Amino acid sequence: MVDRLIMDGATARYLLWQMRLMRRFEDASAEQYSAGSIRGFLHLYTGEEAIAAGIMQGLQQSDIVISTYREHGHALARGIAPSAIMAEMFGTVEGCSKGRGGSMHLFDVQKNFYGGNAIVASHLPLAVGMALAMRKRGEHRVVCCFFGDGAAAEGEFTESLNLAALWNVPVLFVCENNLYAMGTALKFSHAATDLATKGAAQGVESMNVDGMDLLAVIDAMRHANAVVRTAGKPMLLVCNTYRFRAHSMFDAELYRTRDEVEQWKQRDPIEAFASWAMNCDLLTESELAEINVRVDAEIAEAVAFAKDGHLEPVTTLERYTYAEGHHE
Amino acid sequence: MNDQALTISYRKALRQALRDVLHADDKAFLMGEDVGRYGGAFAVSKGLLDEFGPERIMDTPLSESGFVGAGIGAAMAGLRPIVEIMTVNFSLLAMDQIVNNAATLRHMSGGQIGVPIVIRMGCGIGRQLAAQHSHSWEPLFAHIAGLTVLSVGTHEDARWVLPAAMQSQDPVVILEYTSLLNTEGTLENGVGGVDISTARIRRRGNDVSLITYGTGVMKCLAAADVLAAEGVEAEVLDLRVLRPLDQQSILSTVMHTHRAVVVEDAWRTLGVGAEVSARIMEHAFRDLAAPVVRLGGVEVPMPYPRHLEDAAVPQVDGIVDAVRRVMQ
Repeated sequence: MVDRLIMDGATARYLLWQMRLMRRFEDASAEQYSAGSIRGFLHLYTGEEAIAAGIMQGLQQSDIVISTYREHGHALARGIAPSAIMAEMFGTVEGCSKGRGGSMHLFDVQKNFYGGNAIVASHLPLAVGMALAMRKRGEHRVVCCFFGDGAAAEGEFTESLNLAALWNVPVLFVCENNLYAMGTALKFSHAATDLATKGAAQGVESMNVDGMDLLAVIDAMRHANAVVRTAGKPMLLVCNTYRFRAHSMFDAELYRTRDEVEQWKQRDPIEAFASWAMNCDLLTESELAEINVRVDAEIAEAVAFAKDGHLEPVTTLERYTYAEGHHE
Repeated sequence: MNDQALTISYRKALRQALRDVLHADDKAFLMGEDVGRYGGAFAVSKGLLDEFGPERIMDTPLSESGFVGAGIGAAMAGLRPIVEIMTVNFSLLAMDQIVNNAATLRHMSGGQIGVPIVIRMGCGIGRQLAAQHSHSWEPLFAHIAGLTVLSVGTHEDARWVLPAAMQSQDPVVILEYTSLLNTEGTLENGVGGVDISTARIRRRGNDVSLITYGTGVMKCLAAADVLAAEGVEAEVLDLRVLRPLDQQSILSTVMHTHRAVVVEDAWRTLGVGAEVSARIMEHAFRDLAAPVVRLGGVEVPMPYPRHLEDAAVPQVDGIVDAVRRVMQ
């Protein structure tokens, strides 16, 4: 697989920077949560970075991305500024959703990033509808929809894959299978644990991908582009991964062992990619150190930006319920 | 009857409205279960598939959540979908999409995303369809901030609310009444549209206000005829827009007649009538000559036998009796 990949040093360093940014952003989010600056639900992406980086690398800026509530990584990989995301979680008007959404509802239409959707599987039909609009208008844009293994047990998953196949619309369904729907293991949620079989059952070409291996994700994304962008058909990628942190900040992690977590951490996607890049002479030790320094500075800047943010006055509480000009 | 008026069935008025908006905007399309090849479960869309083709008149599988969500996605992406849910009874299968997505996306995104979707559904009781097919969910929809909710109680509205709804930048739910489909009504020549923001007085009177919506409009007009023979002139206010309520029209009629009877088929507890009554109490208490009376559905799942079904919702006799009591 690696042999088929042609990657230059700049791309390798960019991807490493991006994954490192996701990792450190989540560390900072947890710190700010503990400090009381971020409230509500907070779901961290730590461990799953190779998926966002690999998928997004194969998308174009005109493509549409729609995601779940564990979406900080997707938003960052899409190019939304860390400062705008951190500000959103601080609930300030400088946030990418003007502070109205918080961690679970990051939106940036300029970047074609449509959330940040927190009812599990509820955004899959939206992805199908957006892709239907692309097909009807003859626009060759891909709609990329991220969700988890928990969503694959919902009826909307089955309905959406059926509709996408029936209507022949360009949706890339990316299932990030981190093995737990909150605290319920895959085997306790799904009788058929190979989730790719569920896509095939709906007439959607489906494949399993090692979600801990950035190169494998990039390679799968090449094939997905041939199916979705070129042929205009839906596809399901089941990216098998693991989250290194708890489900949310309220999770005591009673449902999995420390050993299991440690074993998965041995497969850290960032470390794995960094050592591959060094072995291929695409990266040096000092370049790696530079990336880490740069990321730390960007994160510090994002937190400082959020701390300097402004709260919306209560007088405008009722905004954004209807289009401007609508009168109650 | 005015000889300038056109006689038309409620069904044909709905169909003409659909035809108009599909001709007016090539971004508009209709989708739903059996809207195409079958001609519509209630024959409302009969002939439209031939006229507009399968890209504009799309049959969907039985996936209410899936295709309503797809409609929302298409609206987010710039199309103007009209989604038909065969009957209000099945709308609960799509309630997640309507409540969590259509009604909230503008807000969650800090105003970045609008969802200009029209969702139509057949409603009403009176055809002995028993407990699962006889729901009056107007209060459920009217409860949801972010929606505009229209109740089509007249032929004029059957003809004209859809074009107005298509101008909205926000989701509009249109409740149509299947028991009215075969009834004939008149359309005034020269009326080329209606607003979707105000209530309408359907009959002028000085003695009591009958405040209603949906199938209640025809019942209240019939009751007003009976009362007129007794020397009581009832004013009939058709709410039409259940969210946002036209409070000013409600208060105006009550300040004019000083008596109000609120009539609806929905269960009385926490119904639209409860809200109307509360607003009168809050803003026109001193104008009342008698307490507001609410007539609503009896608190029982709808029974199958005709006589029990009739007894479960307000009828003309009951409305007349209620007015007589209020006039004492």
